Amino acid sequence: MNDMTQTNLQKDLKIVGTRPLRPDGADKVTGRALFGADKSLPNMLVGRVLRSPHAHAKIISIDTKAAEALPGVKAVITSKDFQDLPSEFVPAGEMMVNFKDMTRNIMARDKVLYEGHTVAAVAAINDAIAEEAMALIKVEYELLPHVMDVEEAEKPNAPLLHDDMITIGVEPAPKKPSNVAKRVEFGFGDLDKGFKEADLIIEKKFSTQPVHQGYIEPHACLASVSEDGQGELWVTTQGPFVVRNFCSKILGMSTSQIRVTASEIGGGFGGKTVIYLEPLALALSRKACRPVKMVMSRQEVLMASGPTSGAKIWVKIGVKKDGRITAGDAVLKFQAGAFQGSPIGPGAMCAFAPYEMTNVRVVGYDIVVNRPKVAAYRAPGGPISEYAVESVMDEIAQKLNLDPLELRLKNAAKEGTQAPYGPKLGPIGMIETLEAAKAHPHYSAPLGPNQGRGVASGFWFNIGGETCTSININEDGTVGLTLGTPDIGGSRASMAMMAAEELGVPMSTIRPIIGDTSSLGFNFLTGGSRVTFSSGMAVVESVREIIVELRKRAAQLWDVSIEKVEWVSGHARLVGSENPKSLSLRELAEAAGKTGGPIVGGASINATGAGPSLATHIVDVEVDPETGRTTVLRYTAIQDAGKAIHPSYVEGQMQGGAVQGIGWALNEEYVYDDNGKLLNPGFLDYRVPVCSDVPMIDTVIVEVPNPKHPYGVRGVGETPIVPPLAAVSNAVSRATNIRFNELPLSPPRVLAAIESR
Amino acid sequence: MSKKHISTVINGDAMEFLASPEQSLLDILREELELTGSKEGCGTGDCGACSIMLDGRLVCSCLVLGVEADGKKIDTIEGMGNGSDMHPLQKKFLEHAALQCGICTPGILIAAKALLEKKPDPTEEEVRYWLAGNLCRCTGYDKIVRAVLDTAADMRTA
Repeated sequence: MNDMTQTNLQKDLKIVGTRPLRPDGADKVTGRALFGADKSLPNMLVGRVLRSPHAHAKIISIDTKAAEALPGVKAVITSKDFQDLPSEFVPAGEMMVNFKDMTRNIMARDKVLYEGHTVAAVAAINDAIAEEAMALIKVEYELLPHVMDVEEAEKPNAPLLHDDMITIGVEPAPKKPSNVAKRVEFGFGDLDKGFKEADLIIEKKFSTQPVHQGYIEPHACLASVSEDGQGELWVTTQGPFVVRNFCSKILGMSTSQIRVTASEIGGGFGGKTVIYLEPLALALSRKACRPVKMVMSRQEVLMASGPTSGAKIWVKIGVKKDGRITAGDAVLKFQAGAFQGSPIGPGAMCAFAPYEMTNVRVVGYDIVVNRPKVAAYRAPGGPISEYAVESVMDEIAQKLNLDPLELRLKNAAKEGTQAPYGPKLGPIGMIETLEAAKAHPHYSAPLGPNQGRGVASGFWFNIGGETCTSININEDGTVGLTLGTPDIGGSRASMAMMAAEELGVPMSTIRPIIGDTSSLGFNFLTGGSRVTFSSGMAVVESVREIIVELRKRAAQLWDVSIEKVEWVSGHARLVGSENPKSLSLRELAEAAGKTGGPIVGGASINATGAGPSLATHIVDVEVDPETGRTTVLRYTAIQDAGKAIHPSYVEGQMQGGAVQGIGWALNEEYVYDDNGKLLNPGFLDYRVPVCSDVPMIDTVIVEVPNPKHPYGVRGVGETPIVPPLAAVSNAVSRATNIRFNELPLSPPRVLAAIESR
Repeated sequence: MSKKHISTVINGDAMEFLASPEQSLLDILREELELTGSKEGCGTGDCGACSIMLDGRLVCSCLVLGVEADGKKIDTIEGMGNGSDMHPLQKKFLEHAALQCGICTPGILIAAKALLEKKPDPTEEEVRYWLAGNLCRCTGYDKIVRAVLDTAADMRTA
């Protein structure tokens, strides 16, 4: 295994760091690219899902006979068609999922736990008949009281979602079940001592609402199971291998029986790391022995696919007069939705992570409520906990009359700092992003009436993980590169760039594709900001190994030992300045048959050493005191990328994450009625930022290389959504001179606060 | 109820299809005609991913019934380029990296083209308000707006 530690820093890079056109671009701007709902097969059926109209109820009976008898209906499934799986936790991106819960989430067994929970599914020859069949399915429910808020769910007489839920992480274990799935705790030091040393202590409680990842493409898949039990699945997903794993387990099939092909993906942000329709489509197809296509409506996406948690957060920070933090304490209560598994762990780990702490404790609770099960959303948990800490930091800055960036610089985590969750950090760019923010013209631009400026920093770990790639030298010397991680943001471009840089050939020589699950070894999903880091590492390793093979072939052709052959600028060259002998990639490829056969290679790694990415954002807002409406006037996002392989796509991550954060801060929330039914399951009233809501998002890429990656790469995709919540909230607070402690800062909330000032 | 026979011109070609009364034009384009470039993001006219031109007017095809298209001229993303020569907007979007996942891109390109045909010299604010009906979750709109303004500038000097 090659030494993958970063070696290319000093080299004169020709391709990495430039901005070539993406290789998959033409198809995307012409409508040719195929997404999840764009594929059809002959003899195809339409699959539809019957969903619970109630937030919490027992299923007394389901009668599907009339539906099954309707002409044109080819299969109907209920929980009877799925085996019950025992409890087993497995990773899905940066979250853990449980197979017992997954079985129940994709198809309710004896209870429905949220409005929209799947109760049955049908496959019919067209959508109209499928819809008619759904109306013929008779479900008898026994309504149960429901609970939507974490603090209500914790109360001793709260409606109980799972009668076998005993809180994990509490010693001794509770005797009675509750809605608290888990308690976590991180930290070190002596909090009492730390708070006693403080000159100022600020303690605040915050509240956030669940928000959806908001991908414009709804969940969609096309399943086709043959009479011999072999299945093909076309699906929009961040993780085809993970989908294969989960579906084979749920359907009692072997992994090799399901071949998953990832379509182009119309946004995921973590929400497409889990399964909803896929096992249903496969089960229907298996029953009908015909392909089944299933697509969610936008209403279904919002009602029944995971948002991220809403939360209650309590933060207490003690500081010296000069701003140095002496102690930090936080309690987080995250909504898990109907089944355990909120991002309470990462949320708790990140809360104070931008800072060097001496005395710190974060306690977190994962609490179930009658809402859809949460799924990962871009830095899961981080935006929520860091929003609270960054808000308190801003209040501290105000009270001590300190510049908020200076306050952060005084406490910034750096290389060698012990992170609140345990390990010592390697090189990170917290200080660098703060300095860049201070020096940026935005920070000293004048402000007008009703305007305010907010800053906030953000931390996210990033992950590595299992990754396989394969590389083939084609007969004409061009290169095929097969990746196993779906491209959600332009990664095919960066992979081709790194491969071309290593090989010393033009980027156009390389054609990168995303392979299906039968073409490669296991790849962990696209998520955790891991692709440029992990797939990039695997690509570099593949190319370095194939260069050895190419040198070997040249050595054979020249009848010399391999030590006499070097690889320079895409050519094998005989060492020694007198000898101009060289062979191009094309010449070596054409001679491949003579020298041993096709020239192929690949890499299989479990990438470790992913470095955290730090960011600091600056935002100016204007708040209209008559309407409570906040206008974002100016936004600057500064982030450490380690090394930006393709700067345009790094900037794109920063801008996209910042705008999602703006939506989270100002407008996005779920509105439920008293019966636990969602009132805004559509883009009109679940209001995400539109083009006219935001200004240009200026970006500054800082590069503190990650020594564990050959190009110094750090994942960048997730960190951008962490700072905006507090940055915007701090800006609104300063514009109105009111400290806000809840999100979203929608006009009614802001106006009510202004009017009661 | 039986299907209706509908005649249209799509991207310059005469096309006929059968439409059930409840099918939207988006359904027809995607399912009957296999023109999957227009996307369904919401089905309620809020996201713009299904944007097309209907008799020269920018519409959400999910809000138009298939039967309403009878005798009309339709332009979709598939007809935006000219053979192998892409429209300047398509080229600029690639140059500016104005797309990440690409699901909103067809709708945004159709909408942007409609804007530039109506107003070749839009301000940033005009571009933003014109595109307010096209949701993008990946890019934060920055590079999209830059690409449209850059294309407008180019097309004016061409």
